[in-house]
Amino acid sequence: MKKIVALVLAALMLVTVFAACGETKTDEKVIKIGIFEPASGANGAGGKQETLGIKYAHAVCPTVEINGETYKVELVPVDNQSADDKAPTAAAELVGKKVSVVLGSYGSGVSIAASDTFKQAGIPAIGVTCTNPKVTEGNSHYFRICFLDPFQGTVLANYAYNELGYRTAYTLGETGNEYDQGLVHYFTEAFTALGGKVENASFVKDTSDFNTLITNAVNSGAEVIFAPTSIQYAQLIVEQAAAKNADVTLLASDTWDSNVILAAAKGKDVDIQVTTFYQEGGNAEFDAGFKAWIEGDSQNLTDNGGDSKIAAVSAMGYDAYFVALEAIKAANSTNPADIMAALWDVEYTGVTGAIKFDEINGDADRSTAYIKKANTDTALWDFVKEQGVN
Amino acid sequence: MNITIDHLLAGISVGGQYALIAIGYTMVYGILRLINFAHGDVFMASGLIVVYLTTAMPLQYAIPLVLFLTVMLGFFIERAAYKPLRQAPRMSVMISAIGVSYLIQNLALYITGGLPQTYPAIPWISDSITIFGAVTKRVTIITPILTIILIVLLVALIRYTKIGMAMRAVSKDFETAQLMGIKINRVISTTFVIGSLLAAVGSLLYFTSYQSVVPTSGSMPGLKAFVAAVFGGIGSIPGAVIGAFIIGICENLIKSSTEFAIFSDAFTFALLIFVLCVRPTGLFGEKSIDKV
Repeated sequence: MKKIVALVLAALMLVTVFAACGETKTDEKVIKIGIFEPASGANGAGGKQETLGIKYAHAVCPTVEINGETYKVELVPVDNQSADDKAPTAAAELVGKKVSVVLGSYGSGVSIAASDTFKQAGIPAIGVTCTNPKVTEGNSHYFRICFLDPFQGTVLANYAYNELGYRTAYTLGETGNEYDQGLVHYFTEAFTALGGKVENASFVKDTSDFNTLITNAVNSGAEVIFAPTSIQYAQLIVEQAAAKNADVTLLASDTWDSNVILAAAKGKDVDIQVTTFYQEGGNAEFDAGFKAWIEGDSQNLTDNGGDSKIAAVSAMGYDAYFVALEAIKAANSTNPADIMAALWDVEYTGVTGAIKFDEINGDADRSTAYIKKANTDTALWDFVKEQGVN
Repeated sequence: MNITIDHLLAGISVGGQYALIAIGYTMVYGILRLINFAHGDVFMASGLIVVYLTTAMPLQYAIPLVLFLTVMLGFFIERAAYKPLRQAPRMSVMISAIGVSYLIQNLALYITGGLPQTYPAIPWISDSITIFGAVTKRVTIITPILTIILIVLLVALIRYTKIGMAMRAVSKDFETAQLMGIKINRVISTTFVIGSLLAAVGSLLYFTSYQSVVPTSGSMPGLKAFVAAVFGGIGSIPGAVIGAFIIGICENLIKSSTEFAIFSDAFTFALLIFVLCVRPTGLFGEKSIDKV
């Protein structure tokens, strides 16, 4: 009996080995674009929504012209698991699959961790929503189409101080998370410069008990809790703040712009405000097309969190794909080095606004962020205003 | 430091949840001399089962069913991964336990797709209430009370029933008990059933407080419950409970200080090292220790 089981298992293994060789070869010209995004871990939900934007863009425009020939674009997704230690391996997988350009990631930490792998392979990467300055700082291969944390942190601090009239703030961030700590730093800097008082608190990875920290915030007299955390924690913070009837505004950054947060806030007495890249309704054609595409496929619907609300990161993913196509067209080549050189001069107007890279770090020049407020009755985002630094 | 009633309440509640998990560790250790690393993951799986069951049926059916399914999971893990290794060296069983732990985590990762699942709000126990001026969920108060009731029942079961007597005999001397006609497999299965049942109750209480389940949700509470079991003296049920409450309360008191909040987990594990150095058998541990 045992021998039979062993034989069957061995046979199964052989089958899987051969199955991998079954890829059919065609004569079609193909250019590969890597999607370097988390599909699991703390940022899994956001990464999937960003990937959906890229996939939708690919569904809209699956080919590109190079030297008068039509190339089929092939998307190569890898899962960086939201983990800085897994990111280089995932990046190496993309390098091994010979992609011409990489899009991603959601989450700055993984982008920074994988940066060197792309650099050594000479492959250009386009950051979609990684807002930490260190992603592009001092290198020539990492570009970015979104705004940066010094900008976002300052915008949020100004908004809290000038528009909401708050004077004391409490910040929550995950230790060792470049994204959280970066934003907390810039927010604190700007808020104290304006004359406000800030208390900083951190928590470790995989924390699920925020009760004590929220109590501390309330005891410190804070009017606003600034928590630019991953969605995994955001959901818990929203629920625990609501259960405590904490009379504070929860202020957060682009990560919180997700239907997961809306679902957590629904029917509860909480005030949640976030900055983000795109407001649903900004481009009617994109909105309608994307919604129809999401609803047309049950897997897409699951990846988007069960409904067809548009996350800003999806719109950013959509634009990132077209920026990559523009660069490929401008380079007129599938060679990563040519695309990297061409990227510096790409100008593209997408659904989230005009994108043009600066000459120092390859960051897009963005000067406004959208502020949204969670409507706890309808579970939708209400648009508040466009906010710049001033 | 600004300690308030909130911090104490949170501490007692977390302590109760750790206690329910810690009993599973300590009972299995007492009988099999095995540290069941998969126990924390059984706890997480129980949370996931609730998430999926409530999409299909109302809560009043889902809750009894989840208790049953978690018990079955614990039972089958023992039958599939530990029973065949009864005669093998103790190390092999432990490695098997680690394997089961990762198997469950990866299965959960596959099923959930790595996304955090929102735990359903259980009416009544997840309502907000005010006690001594502190606003909290009702579950915070229910947890320690329920924990103590369950433990009194468990201790009574071990002291006064036939199966309890068999358990004590097996934990004293495995082989002699077998020679005296005790059906060893039945005793071990019962141990796993009780441990898993308490883990399922613990998971209901824990995830009602923290409504998000990810595949690694079980690892931290599991580890801390294990520390609690060692702290109290592994193998001893009252020890595990007292250890769990001490850890839960200390952890939340440390978190009450903004500067030190981040060291709350470090404290738990520092305590483990300290206890092992100073009093290797824990607060209520047996004198003689079997080597793992």
